[in-house]
Amino acid sequence: MFWLIPLLPGASAFILAVFGKWLPKKYVSWQACLSVFASFGISLVSFFGLLKVPPGSLPVIKTLFHWIQSGSFNADLSLQLDPLSSIMTLVVTGVGLLIHVYSVGYMAHDKGYQRYFTYLNLFTFAMLILVMGANLVLMFVGWEGVGLCSYLLIGFWFEKHSAANAGKKAFIVNRIGDAAFILGIFFIFLIVGSGDFRAITGAIEGGAITQGMATLIALLLFAGATGKSAQIPLYVWLPDAMEGPTPVSALIHAATMVTAGVYMVSRMNLLFTLSGVAGQVVGIVGALTAIFAATMALTQNDIKRVLAYSTISQIGYMFIGCGVGAYAAGMFHLFTHAFFKSLLFLAAGSVMHALSGELDMRKMGGLRKYLPLTYPTFLIGAIAIAGVPFLSGFFSKDAILTHAFAQGQYFIWALGLMGAVLTAFYMFRLVFLTFFGPERIESHAKEHLHESPRVMTVPLVILAFFSIIAGYVGLPVVLGEKANLFSRFLDPVIHPGPEVHLGISTEWLLILVSVAVALCGIYIAYVFYLKSPRTPHRIVARFPALYKLLYNKYYVDEVYNAAFVKPLVNGSQVVYDNFDLKVIDGTIDGTAAATSFAGKVLGLFQSGLVKDYTLVLLLGVVIFLGYLLF
Amino acid sequence: MGIFLFFLLAILCVGGVLGMILSKNQAHNALFLVFAFACLGGLFGLLDAPFIAAVQIIIYAGAIMVLFIFVIMMVNLEQGISPEKKKWTLGLSAVLAVFLLVELGLAVRGMLGSLGRTGGPSIGSPTELGRLLFTDYLYPFEITSVLIIAALVGAIVLVKKKEKE
Amino acid sequence: MIPVGYFFSLSIVLFVLGIIGFFVKRDLITMFMAVEVMLNAANLAFIALAKAAGSPAGQVIVFFVITVAAAEAAVGLAIILLVFRQKKSIKAEDMRLMKG
Repeated sequence: MFWLIPLLPGASAFILAVFGKWLPKKYVSWQACLSVFASFGISLVSFFGLLKVPPGSLPVIKTLFHWIQSGSFNADLSLQLDPLSSIMTLVVTGVGLLIHVYSVGYMAHDKGYQRYFTYLNLFTFAMLILVMGANLVLMFVGWEGVGLCSYLLIGFWFEKHSAANAGKKAFIVNRIGDAAFILGIFFIFLIVGSGDFRAITGAIEGGAITQGMATLIALLLFAGATGKSAQIPLYVWLPDAMEGPTPVSALIHAATMVTAGVYMVSRMNLLFTLSGVAGQVVGIVGALTAIFAATMALTQNDIKRVLAYSTISQIGYMFIGCGVGAYAAGMFHLFTHAFFKSLLFLAAGSVMHALSGELDMRKMGGLRKYLPLTYPTFLIGAIAIAGVPFLSGFFSKDAILTHAFAQGQYFIWALGLMGAVLTAFYMFRLVFLTFFGPERIESHAKEHLHESPRVMTVPLVILAFFSIIAGYVGLPVVLGEKANLFSRFLDPVIHPGPEVHLGISTEWLLILVSVAVALCGIYIAYVFYLKSPRTPHRIVARFPALYKLLYNKYYVDEVYNAAFVKPLVNGSQVVYDNFDLKVIDGTIDGTAAATSFAGKVLGLFQSGLVKDYTLVLLLGVVIFLGYLLF
Repeated sequence: MGIFLFFLLAILCVGGVLGMILSKNQAHNALFLVFAFACLGGLFGLLDAPFIAAVQIIIYAGAIMVLFIFVIMMVNLEQGISPEKKKWTLGLSAVLAVFLLVELGLAVRGMLGSLGRTGGPSIGSPTELGRLLFTDYLYPFEITSVLIIAALVGAIVLVKKKEKE
Repeated sequence: MIPVGYFFSLSIVLFVLGIIGFFVKRDLITMFMAVEVMLNAANLAFIALAKAAGSPAGQVIVFFVITVAAAEAAVGLAIILLVFRQKKSIKAEDMRLMKG
């Protein structure tokens, strides 16, 4: 039954793609939402069914048919359900459903309505294939499928030059990671002889993979993950991806697709644990990304870009979790992040909707009295992500930092903690600039200022609810050995590494430090942007170079441009001028000219007169006979 | 007697063909050809092939040439079409024809004497031919009948005027 | 008693005469007749060789050749008639649609 989960949105996408043009908007909305709703229902049923399955018989696998059989290369079209993919299906279909519903309101007046829902359904299908595929090949299909949908949706308003470019950028940057990813898959096929996850697990447990090989493969796979999950050095596409419609940013570029890398690393956790070095690399890249992206978020004025950098930073936290061997904690952060980040994006979309598409925070302010539902939900999201106790983000981020500390990774822990301060700061900078303080709204936008329709606010409320409670499935270990339901649920898939226990007092201390850090960040934001709004200007005046560096995002885009894009473009131009125009075109033109010339010459023999032809025939007979005789 | 008859028929036959080549009138051409083919039938008779001789005269001199005459009468617009005027076609074909004649002569030169003479046991009785046609050559015979049907239908379809035109 | 070789030589002469006729004449019908001459030259060779080999098989072949020639004449003349309806001419040089 669970194999229907991806197929329903897939079928819906197919129908919309083929017949969408002739279907009324109302029908399109219902079909798109209901297909995801049905998927969500089945996911829930499968989840509860999975709780009853004894751990020994996991994962549940449904093979639909043999897909590729070519010599020793075999791949089935088979879907699997185990705790890891079950959680992912719940997140994808649950958050996806809310975003589908929200989109009905947000995209109501767009002329590409049917196309939008086709892509959105297609994305859901591909993402579910990614998380449910029982072998690496099928997973890669989903991996590429979500990449394609991401490209299509970033460039959804392709008439806009910047949107089309952003789509291309995302696609090309992802390609780099994907090339590494597929290389990793090839290596696995080379050694294991199969892409099946069970076979890979068996091979690792049987000692078929050496540590060096494991490192190579794990690093290649992680390179793929840095592309898809926007980590250093391939994160550059995600901020630009905000050109797409806001619900897309929420679904694809915050909640689901970009976390595919975390899912993949968790899925291959045995490999990373075996390698050791690769795990360390994952942790360090994650920590660096977390702090690097957080600093870039400090100075951005575009509301969606702040959220984009925040997403990069938060995914960095998830990779910290994976890197220090706390895969369950990483997945847990993925789980809670999906709720509060999509909430923040959707609320930001609601703000944009209210302000007729305004994105610049400097032109907002004081919005809390105009947006009575958007404001509190956004605030809940901000509190959750900042790591204030009793909301979901606190539990998951704390779990990651605690594990990092427990594993003795103090450097990573310190970076994470700094990132936490910055997170709290820039999120509340966002809140204060948008909803508090003096109104800086432009007059034409103010005329249409209104709260969003119910179809958009209801998903916000639901997401806010989950942003609060989602953390309670993974309580810290200090509250009891069995408090962390989430981690115990994942145990059959996540093969626990060396367990290091901290003393109870140390753990409480760490929690207190986290809380202090979060509150500290919020307080600084309060001082900077509400209490004495001139402080930021003074700091900018004091450190102009630093501000400029941050404001321009460390010039990474410019460096990449100069280092990779420009040489490539120039080199291509040279090749185009010399090779394409001269050699290839010359060959083709030459062939055509030679053929035409030969035709003209041979045409001279074609007089059209039957006697001439017969004469040649006679000549042939005479020559042939002469040859036979002499 | 036999050798005299052969030379008479051979000269008449070649003469008929030459007449066909030299005459400008198409109807005369056809009549020259009938004459040549009739002489050829006589030669077949000398070669102990009485049945084929009869068939030659009935089908060629009778049926096929009548067909030719019909067509000539239907298309006879201009009297006398002069021979080929393109010098090099004519010249080249003549040279090639002579070459071919020489080559063929060289090819059969050594074996002409070994072919024997006419007379001896009879081989071409209609009984014997009929037996062969319906035993050893049954399939070619049947296939030929299909060919004739096809030619018949084809000729009718080609020449028939379309009703609507 | 005539040497069979005489007949064979005659068939060669007739064949070459057919070729010459084909090239000398300009109207399609007479050219067609020249082709018939060549066919009959071949027939004569067959019958002469049948006599030399003492087997009637060669005569059976000639029987088939005559049948096929009849079919060929029917279709060929039909085509000539059709060409004449189109072009109002039966000169070979007037048909050169296939000119390259």
